[in-house]
Amino acid sequence: MQLSRDDLVKAYRRMRMIREFEDAVHEEFSAGNIPGFVHLYAGEEASGVGFCMHLEDRDYIASTHRGHGHCIAKGCDEKAMMAEIFGRKDGLCGGKGGSMHIADLAKGMMGANGIVGGGPPLICGAALTAKTLKTGGVAIAFVGDGASNQGTTFESYNLANIWKLPVVFVVEDNGYAEATSSKYSVAGTQVDRAKGFGMPAVEVDGHDFFAVWEAAREAIERARAGDGPSLIHVKLNRYYGHFEGDAITYKAPGEVEEVKKTKECLDIFRKRVTEAKLLSDEDLDTIDTECREYIAECVAAAKKAPMPTEADLLTDIYVSY
Amino acid sequence: MPKKSFRQAINEAIRQEMERDERVIVMGEDVSGGAGAPGEQDAWGGPMGVTKGLMPQFGRERVLDTPITESGFIGAAVGAAATGLRPVADLMFVDFMGVCFDQIFNQAAKFKYMFGGKAVTPVTIRTMYGGGFRAASQHSQCLYPLFTHIPGLKVVIPSNAYEAKGLMIQCIRDDDPTIFFEHKMMYDDEVDVPDDPYTIPFGEANVTREGDDVTIVAFGRMVNLANQAADKLEKEGIGCTVVDPRTTSPLDRDTILETAEETGRVVVVDEAHPRCNMATDISAMLCENIFGALKAPIKQVTPPHSPVPFSPALEDLYLPNVERIEAAVKAVMNTGVVRAAE
Amino acid sequence: MSDAIQPIVMPKWGLAMQEGMVAQWHVEEGSKVSKGDEIMDIETSKIANIFESPVEGKLRRKVADDGETLPVGALMGVVAEDSVSDDDIDAFVKDFQEAFAEQMAAMADGGGAEPETVEVGGHRIRYLKMGDADGPAVIFVHGFGGDLWTWMFNQEAAAEGHATYAIDLPGHGGSSKEMDGADVAALSKAVSGFMDAMGIEKAHLVGHSLGGAVSLNLAVTGPDKVASVTLVCPAGLGPDINMEYIEGFIREKRGKKLKPFLEMLVADPEIVTRDMVEDVLKYKRMDGVEAALNALSSANFSGGAQALDLSGKLGDVSAPVQVIWGKQDKIVPAKHAEAVPSSVKVTIFDDAGHLAHMEKSAETNALIKEIAG
Repeated sequence: MQLSRDDLVKAYRRMRMIREFEDAVHEEFSAGNIPGFVHLYAGEEASGVGFCMHLEDRDYIASTHRGHGHCIAKGCDEKAMMAEIFGRKDGLCGGKGGSMHIADLAKGMMGANGIVGGGPPLICGAALTAKTLKTGGVAIAFVGDGASNQGTTFESYNLANIWKLPVVFVVEDNGYAEATSSKYSVAGTQVDRAKGFGMPAVEVDGHDFFAVWEAAREAIERARAGDGPSLIHVKLNRYYGHFEGDAITYKAPGEVEEVKKTKECLDIFRKRVTEAKLLSDEDLDTIDTECREYIAECVAAAKKAPMPTEADLLTDIYVSY
Repeated sequence: MPKKSFRQAINEAIRQEMERDERVIVMGEDVSGGAGAPGEQDAWGGPMGVTKGLMPQFGRERVLDTPITESGFIGAAVGAAATGLRPVADLMFVDFMGVCFDQIFNQAAKFKYMFGGKAVTPVTIRTMYGGGFRAASQHSQCLYPLFTHIPGLKVVIPSNAYEAKGLMIQCIRDDDPTIFFEHKMMYDDEVDVPDDPYTIPFGEANVTREGDDVTIVAFGRMVNLANQAADKLEKEGIGCTVVDPRTTSPLDRDTILETAEETGRVVVVDEAHPRCNMATDISAMLCENIFGALKAPIKQVTPPHSPVPFSPALEDLYLPNVERIEAAVKAVMNTGVVRAAE
Repeated sequence: MSDAIQPIVMPKWGLAMQEGMVAQWHVEEGSKVSKGDEIMDIETSKIANIFESPVEGKLRRKVADDGETLPVGALMGVVAEDSVSDDDIDAFVKDFQEAFAEQMAAMADGGGAEPETVEVGGHRIRYLKMGDADGPAVIFVHGFGGDLWTWMFNQEAAAEGHATYAIDLPGHGGSSKEMDGADVAALSKAVSGFMDAMGIEKAHLVGHSLGGAVSLNLAVTGPDKVASVTLVCPAGLGPDINMEYIEGFIREKRGKKLKPFLEMLVADPEIVTRDMVEDVLKYKRMDGVEAALNALSSANFSGGAQALDLSGKLGDVSAPVQVIWGKQDKIVPAKHAEAVPSSVKVTIFDDAGHLAHMEKSAETNALIKEIAG
């Protein structure tokens, strides 16, 4: 299976859109315009997009609290997302969830999750629904290297395997769980852990969209065919701190700059497609401009959007009470 | 009407809903039993045999034995509910919430709210609670106050088999996450239960006795003790109104306030640990709303602030009983509020 | 009357009452009592009340002592004139107690009969069978929102020498809640179908309220099947129907709100207990009941008037017909009895409402016996 020109445009647009979105959030947060906690996905775009390019609305993903990228990759509306992060009434979740709980079930996005390791059991449930109702859907649990140490994650590896659920576990390992290195916190390897549960697992370079896309294709096809779960260990880097406001003093001086220079996923993508003459620099530049302008529009709209009011305080708690 | 046990009533409720709606599934540890084993299939039919017979009727696709992995399978039930199934998950003992509470109170309870109203999570979590089984500290607690504390959850505590069937069917059909508490001492208790499916709405208290002197508010198994106490006291000339709220969330505040106001004397019977439990909650609500109508201080009948003991000698001392309820009623009858003349 | 020995027995106040306590006698042995005299206080788990003498004469014997708890129907005292000897009183008490003990024992094993079900036209019909299987059949048909237990004070009395069946109409009690039509014609087809399914060729019909219209309609449309008709506070004889009751009965889901509507059913609202209210709530909570009640209401009472008036056809019914009514009926007015031809016997109880067969059970039972043999 090959990526068509349209696919490449779509993939690049989504990656660029995520980057622009996160950079804008970073800026607005620094300016004091965004309340609460935000955790940015910049640098990790190739992973979310590499997986979600294979998915449809009937497929579900569960995200981490670094969830903006997964949302955009899965097709959530950026304007509504931005309004949500600004806490506005016309946000994707009416301003009740914010950055850490952004979700759109209609798009198969089960939510960013404020609880590390919260997602994998939920994704087993989504896969169980797909299997029971024979929807043909698959479900992907994104976890970080931090959540890879949670019991819920291991329990989910086990459940997904004994029930042969259509699941893919994606460990997005950016090297740091909060301020602690995965070299310290993770015993063994992600791949060996998966093998312990009897599921296929591979490690891929998360800066390379094409590597991710290929590994994702295989795992998702396997899940869709009813052959059970797989695990993919995606190695990548985050450009910003664990959360906005994190001074990132735990990283080596120049560490992020070095990654940006040598492993920038957008650059790698550009190089590959222009060298293969699949897309031109002009094509990509146009997308860059369009994304930048669109995100600026999203920010402007979010700032102008109304705040929720007292009438919204006690709605959406129960279906009926 | 045919007599059915608490166990049969719950089983029948789940069976009828599974027949009616193919999205209803059952999952939990040994809800069938024998999975992968060489011997009998449906060996247990649930820890107390409550789900016996469901697997043979509906197959292992819809009656899933889970590994002992509460976070995993409760989370899976929640995820399945959010994506189109209506799971009935069996959290064997409520004490085990300690290992899976996040999936209940941070995930299931909050999806609808956090996602701006766009999620529904129709999961039913059945769980066993309560003392008297000599099951010691980690298998005897009530803990429903902890769930009641969480907005987004509905908490259901049936007091007999009739109530159990109607409330269980309501749980399964309800679009919000519900926690269904089954007292482990009640499974063999029988009352008349109709064969037809029926629902009992949440948040509507049942007044099981009517009397003019004292209002007793009690939960779950305690309702039956309160009824017994009321019947005995009636013969001594003390009339008790007994209120079974049926659900602690939503709570039928109106019925509790009205009946308490009518009698002016209140006893609350709660088997849960005494701090921040339903007894304190209701006492506070009464003081805040009908203080002027109270003729005596409210009396709470609860266990002491201690883990549930193992030894029968100690557990009998620990648990509320009919005699303690009677004594509490007499105490509120014999004390009065002296109000200074203005 | 003068040489009659009359028992005073523990009354049944409300449907759930099983036993009562003689709290205190207010009259001494040897004193004269008149009907309506307050002769004792009785307490039940639900209610304490003054008990008025149902009979007239001299209180010859107190069988029950103060503080004694007795089952409903148990002998509490004996009234007779002086002309009756003490020996006769002793014999009466002995006979009564033996018969009562037998009755209690019969109720204990089998608790009386348990309802059964039969398939009629693809739907389940629940019925309670009682009595002599070889005797002529009597079929009791309840009204709107009722069930076979409405005949709890009547069926047993009719069971002697009869095969009695109290049925749940479609949409009611333990019968299927799906209905092939909810009008009187459809309901009488179900009764007729029940008779076919049970192999009953001909039956005495006793119908209450809407069940009265159903019974009468069956007598009109299938005269061969009907031996006699007893109509208790029946629908089908005029236009009036208390829609406030019908709508309230359907609408109210809480006991406190429903109770005032159920109190409309009887002359003395005191007899409506919490247990009776609870039984109605239990019925209304069942799947399909709300839809069934709405269908019944719109098929039979659309526009606030009864859809079917059979009064003009009464004269054509060959089987004997009688009408029993409570003068204080607030649901279907007793004035509808005025429309019946003189061939129809009419009995109107002054102090009864819409549940005349319960409120005046002994009198109703005697009238049923009269017509059904």
